Parts: sequence; C-alpha cells; structure tokens
Amino acid sequence: MSRPGLTKRQKRMVAVAALVTGVSLAAALGVTAFRKNMMYFYTPSDLLSGTLPAGAALQLGGLVERGSLKHGEGLKIEFVMSDCKNAVPVRYDGVLPDLFREGQGVVATGHMEAGQVFVASTILAKHDENYMPPNVAKAVGNVDGKHSCAPFKSVTAPS
Amino acid sequence: MIPEFGHFALILALAVALLQASLPLIGWRRRDARLLGFATSAAHGQFVCVAVAYGCLTYAFVTKDFSVAYVAQNDHSLLPLIYRISAVWGAHEGSLLLWVTILAGWTLAVSIFNRRLPADMSALVLSALGAVSVGFYLFILLTSNPFTRLVPVPEEGRDLNPILQDPGLAIHPPMLYMGYVGFSVAFAFAIAALITGRLDAAWARWTRPWTTTAWMFLTMGITLGSWWAYKELGWGGWWFWDPVENASFMPWLAGTALIHSLAVTEKRGLLKGWTVLLAILAFSLSLLGTFLVRSGVLVSVHAFATDPSRGEFILGFMAVVVGGALGLYAWRAPRLATSAELKLFSREGLLLFNNVFLLAAAGGVLLGTLYPLVLDALGLGKLSVGPPYFNAVFLPLIVPLLLLVGLAAVVPWKRGEAAPAWRRLRIPAAAAVVAAVLLPLATYGRLPAFAVAGSLLAAWTVFAAVQDVWKRVRSKPSLAAGIAGVPRAVWGMTLAHVGLGVWALGVSYVVSFGAEKDVRLAPNAGADLGGYTFTFRDEKETQGPNYLAQRGTVTVERGGSLVTTLYPEKRQFPSQGTVMTQSSIDAGLMRDLYVSLGEGYEDGSWSLRVYVKPMVRLIWGGGVLMFLGGGLAASDRRYRLARAAERSAAQASEAALA
Repeated sequence: MSRPGLTKRQKRMVAVAALVTGVSLAAALGVTAFRKNMMYFYTPSDLLSGTLPAGAALQLGGLVERGSLKHGEGLKIEFVMSDCKNAVPVRYDGVLPDLFREGQGVVATGHMEAGQVFVASTILAKHDENYMPPNVAKAVGNVDGKHSCAPFKSVTAPS
Repeated sequence: MIPEFGHFALILALAVALLQASLPLIGWRRRDARLLGFATSAAHGQFVCVAVAYGCLTYAFVTKDFSVAYVAQNDHSLLPLIYRISAVWGAHEGSLLLWVTILAGWTLAVSIFNRRLPADMSALVLSALGAVSVGFYLFILLTSNPFTRLVPVPEEGRDLNPILQDPGLAIHPPMLYMGYVGFSVAFAFAIAALITGRLDAAWARWTRPWTTTAWMFLTMGITLGSWWAYKELGWGGWWFWDPVENASFMPWLAGTALIHSLAVTEKRGLLKGWTVLLAILAFSLSLLGTFLVRSGVLVSVHAFATDPSRGEFILGFMAVVVGGALGLYAWRAPRLATSAELKLFSREGLLLFNNVFLLAAAGGVLLGTLYPLVLDALGLGKLSVGPPYFNAVFLPLIVPLLLLVGLAAVVPWKRGEAAPAWRRLRIPAAAAVVAAVLLPLATYGRLPAFAVAGSLLAAWTVFAAVQDVWKRVRSKPSLAAGIAGVPRAVWGMTLAHVGLGVWALGVSYVVSFGAEKDVRLAPNAGADLGGYTFTFRDEKETQGPNYLAQRGTVTVERGGSLVTTLYPEKRQFPSQGTVMTQSSIDAGLMRDLYVSLGEGYEDGSWSLRVYVKPMVRLIWGGGVLMFLGGGLAASDRRYRLARAAERSAAQASEAALA
C-alpha cells in the first residue's frame, strides 16, 4: 500500500477498489453457496404432485405410517411416510433417532430415486414425544391441536 | 408464601429499574449530581430485589413446591439436588429470571468498579443498563411469570427434560448468559458515549475489560454447549450449524470484532464510530439470539415458548432497543469523526481487515439462519439451509483471519514496513510449513489437503503468537525479568491466539482423520474402524436415580490388546416417558473413542454408532485457552493503574458538576 509514486488520493482509490472487490467476492461466494445448499421442505403430497428432478436434495416431512416399518438386513429399514393424503416409501440405512416411532412425525433429508422411493441420508425426530415438525403439523392440518388424520396417534391428547 | 414474596421482589426490582433508567437521565439534563448519584444506589437495590426473587424460585425448586406451575413442570421428587438447582433455568420463565439476575449482577459490578468514571458517564451507563432491565422485567411479569400458582396442586412434578440432566448443561446457560448479557455493558457504554459525545482513549480503556470479560464467558458458554452436544446428543458432532448454535455464534463473532476494534480506538483513537456501532451490533445480536431461541420461532431443545405473545414482545423490545440505539447513532455519530489517517498496512489497518472478515462471517451466518425464517413468515415456502452452506461461507473467511493473526502481531501501529515484518516472520513461517507436513505424517502417515492446511494455519498462528512474546522476553536482560515484564494483556492475547490455532488443528484433524460407522452387532460380534476393533459384548438393565437404563458393554481393542471398555446406555425416564441415548466415550488428547446405542432387535443384536475422533478435545481446549486468555487480558494491571489517575479526574469533574 505504501508504494512510492502514488498520491494519497490514488492510494485511497486502490484501497477502496480492494475493499469493493473483497466485499463483492465474499457476497458472490455467499450467494453461490446459498443457492447450492438451500433445501426445500416437502410433504409427500408436494413430492408426488410436483415435478422434481431425480437426485435433488430435499427435506421430506410427514408421519411414519403405522405398521409400515420393516427391518432389513443390517441397519437397513423401510417405512412409509404419509401426510394423510399421500404416502411415499422411504429407505434408510443407519441408526434411527431415539424418538423414531410409528405414528410420529419425522423429517428426513435425502433425495428421490427413480422408482419413486425416497432415500434418506438423515432422519430427525425431536426429543419430545409430543413433537411434530411444525411444517408437518401445518400440512397435515390441525383441529384444536389434534391431528385431523385418523390412522395416526394424536400427538396432544393423552394416550 | 415464599413464591409470592419472590413475585413481589420482582415487581419491586422493576420499579427500581424504572427509576434507575430515568432519574440519572434527568440528572444529566439538569446537571444535578444527586440524581446522577442515585444510579449507583438504584443498581444496588435492584440487584438485591432480583437476587431475592431468584432465591425464592430456587427455594421452591429445592423444596419441591409443586404448587408453583413452573416448578411443577420442571421438577420431580426424584431429581438429584444439583439438577433441582439447575432446573431453575431449565425452561423459559426461569431462564429469563436468570437473564435479568445476571444483568443486575453486571449492573452491580459496573456500579462498584466505575467509581473511577466521571459521574455523568457512570450514571448514563447505569441508566442504559436499567432501561434494558426494565424491558426484561416487563417481559417476565407480563408474559412469563415463573411464580404463577397452579390449582389443583399436582402430586408429582413433570420433571426436568432428561437431556438437560447433565453437568455440562447445568453450567452452559449461566456461562452463555454471562456473555450475552455482558455485551449489554459495552452497549450501555456506547449509548453513554453517544449521549455525551465524549469518546476518547479513556472511554475505550473503561469499556475494554468489560467487553473482554463478557466475550470470555460467551466463549466458554459456546465451548460448553458444543462439548455437551457432542457427548449428549449421541451424534458425535461438535457443531451442527443449528439455528440455536448460530444464535450464540453471531454475537461471538461481533464481540470478537468489537474487542479488536476497541484496541484500535484505545491505542490510536481511530474507528470510534465503528466501535460504537459494533457495541450496538454485538448486543443486538445477543437480543436476536434470545428472540430466536426463546420465541418458539425455532424448533429445538432450546425453544420453550410456544405462546406467540412472548415472541411478539421480544421482537417489539428488540425493535425499540436496536431502533433506538441506531437512531441515536445516526444522530450523534457524526460527532465522533476522527481526522487521523488510517494506513492499511499497519496494526490498526490489519485489525480493520480482521473486523471485515469477522463481520462478513457473522453476516453469512445471519443470512443462513434468518432467510428460512423470513421466507416462512412471508409464506413463500419452507426451506432449510444446511451445514454445507455455512461451511462454504465460513471456511474461506476463517483462513485469512488465521493468516492475519500471525501477521498483525509483528506489524507496528501507525505504519508498517514489509521488510522488517518479513524478517520476524521468516522463522515462524518456515516452522509452520515444516509442521504442516510433519504433523499429519507422523500421526497418521497420510497428507490429506485439509489436514495439511489446518496444521499449517494452526502452527502459523501458534508460532507467530509465541515469537511475539519471545521477542519481548528476549529484549530484557534475564529470562525471569523478561517473563515478568510481559504485560498480562499480552499474555492473554497470546493465549487466546494460541487457542485459536489449537482449535483449528482440532477441527482439521477431526474432519481429515475422523471415522464413523453405523453398525448392527450381535453379542460378541465386532466392527473395525480407524484401526480399532469395537466388540459388542452384552446388554443389561440397570436402575439409575430417576431412570431405567439398558446398558451395553463394548470392548475396544487395537492390535489384539484391550484399549478400553465402554458402557453406552439407553435411558428411559418414566416421569416424562422419554428415551435418551447416553453415549460412552474414552477421551484422550490424541483421539476419542465414542459409542452410542441405537436400538435393540429381537435376535439380541443392537444397532450402534461408533466413532473415532482424532484430537477432538483440541476444539474445546482451544475454547478454554481463549477463555483463560480473556481472563488474563481483562485483569491487566493497566486497567487498575489507570484507576488512580482517573479517580482524581472523576473527582474533579464531580466537583465541577456540583
């Protein structure tokens, strides 16, 4: 910065130019990273109605349908995730969270495979048995805080 | 009776805080020394009131008074005493009470240590702190009263959330709050400077120890939270870029920028307006963190409040505080302009770069945290921004920061020259390059790019920090005199920078050499991971104080010899009907061996998560070093020596006022 031959004004211009370049570079980096890593939240109905490129990363939220959980070899499992209107089969290979149970709300991150199976890389269920992802609650529809969705356990009424 | 007494004390505290906020301001307008002096008495009175209220709630928890709704929700007759005390801040109402209690504590500390300040400055600082207190008292009393009675009185409490029953989490919130709330002191100083229009080196010297102290507690709070998440959640991760974590990380980034810009303001009288803005920003981000965590906007373990009026109150309060402060800033900041010139290649210039990178990082985190919330609030769709985004933004910004740490240590204030800086950095740079290759090669025999880069930056940061101290020591005739001659502030800075390097080394090792696996094992079957063999032996039921556990036994062997035996548990808490994973960890400086239980199958096999985490302890070790460094820096003699001189100045100005 202290090169001889530059006037004070020129030096200041260089400094400003450097700052602007730096800030725009940071902004460009940020926005690119942001675009690449945004994951939209889907319910099974959204998923089946929309046209989604196979392999795009997304979050899928819904309820684990009762009686649909099947253990495979090793840690492989399959279950059906539903939002009461539509259902999507989900495959997962790994340890399930503590509160993963049939009839409860979960959020899975992963992608759709060509055969209309959702392959999950992570599955989240919260540390609260009354928990239901708010996105799911909204999608499923709440009536007085109770699920309007008959085949599932009500999350608020004492069982 | 006791809860009503606590409630009454809290109302009294509100009344005192109202007086504390308003009277000194009137006193300042009228140049009335008595009204100014009232601020100190009010600070003492307010602390006594809120401490009594806090004591009453603790008493209700310890005596299991389930007639208090909040106690009934978070206490249980079988809960161990230590968790009955920490359960006070285990949920929304009590954690807010803790917040104001700590705020009153900071206010009390300011009123005691600020005797050396000019009377008007001290009174205005206390007034601003009082105004913040008023907001929080109103919030508690209007929306979240912890003393509300419950009719009929339940037989048994609903118990503290089991995942909060852990020593790490018992002290995590108070530490974090000490930091969050501590930034209110820097904020109050900034407000006082804006009102009086006086912002000089002395102002920066008063503000620095407070800010450093707040920063050091926030650092410790975040470190503890990370450590807790690592061992308690059973996922083996130390940072998840969860919105709640980000909520505490943003004020940390702004606060780190603030302690550096305060150094420039003190030493060179530059960046005054910027420093004030950062002080406002750091506290605003603390409030934003509280809003995000406590409003129920975020779904997480931390989000207690489901009552929307609470969220609205905090949002409104935040708008008043931030809007008011920024308005004041816009009106008064032009007075703070400095005429001195800032050269970019100088200590202050490099510190300005440090600020730019830190704030860019904070901005990136803010964008990723708020964007999904804003989009959702506007009904434009639901999305989430995952860790890859935060990593992609954060890593390119932390690298230049680490490089700057080493460089800034050798560049003098005012004007730096490239040649002497290079002469002093040659050896640390060469040593860092050697270490970058040797360290991964010696420990793992491989050279992944990330580990090399991490070791290089870590070694560079550590060596450059140490050479700075070494140069100071060497300039003295003897080693002892040299060591004694280095001021505590320099030791503190060095320690904190070394901590940053240690942290970077830990991160790069965990990322490069860490291994993890989900396995399903039948009894006596084993799995290989990272050179270790994990063998699942058996599983038995055991009884804890307030839970029933299934306890697995896992032996870990290396090269045929037993390294350790781990006992991961799956705990069932009947009081809440919850299940919790208790991981088992064999901790070491070079590596952690980590096992957590998944679920049991009918054939007697279990699913397990097994991890080998190289040098993961260094991540928190770095945090602890930063904490200690902050402590050393805040207790520097300079701040205490300055007192005597300033006290006489303060007396002079008091005399002038009277």
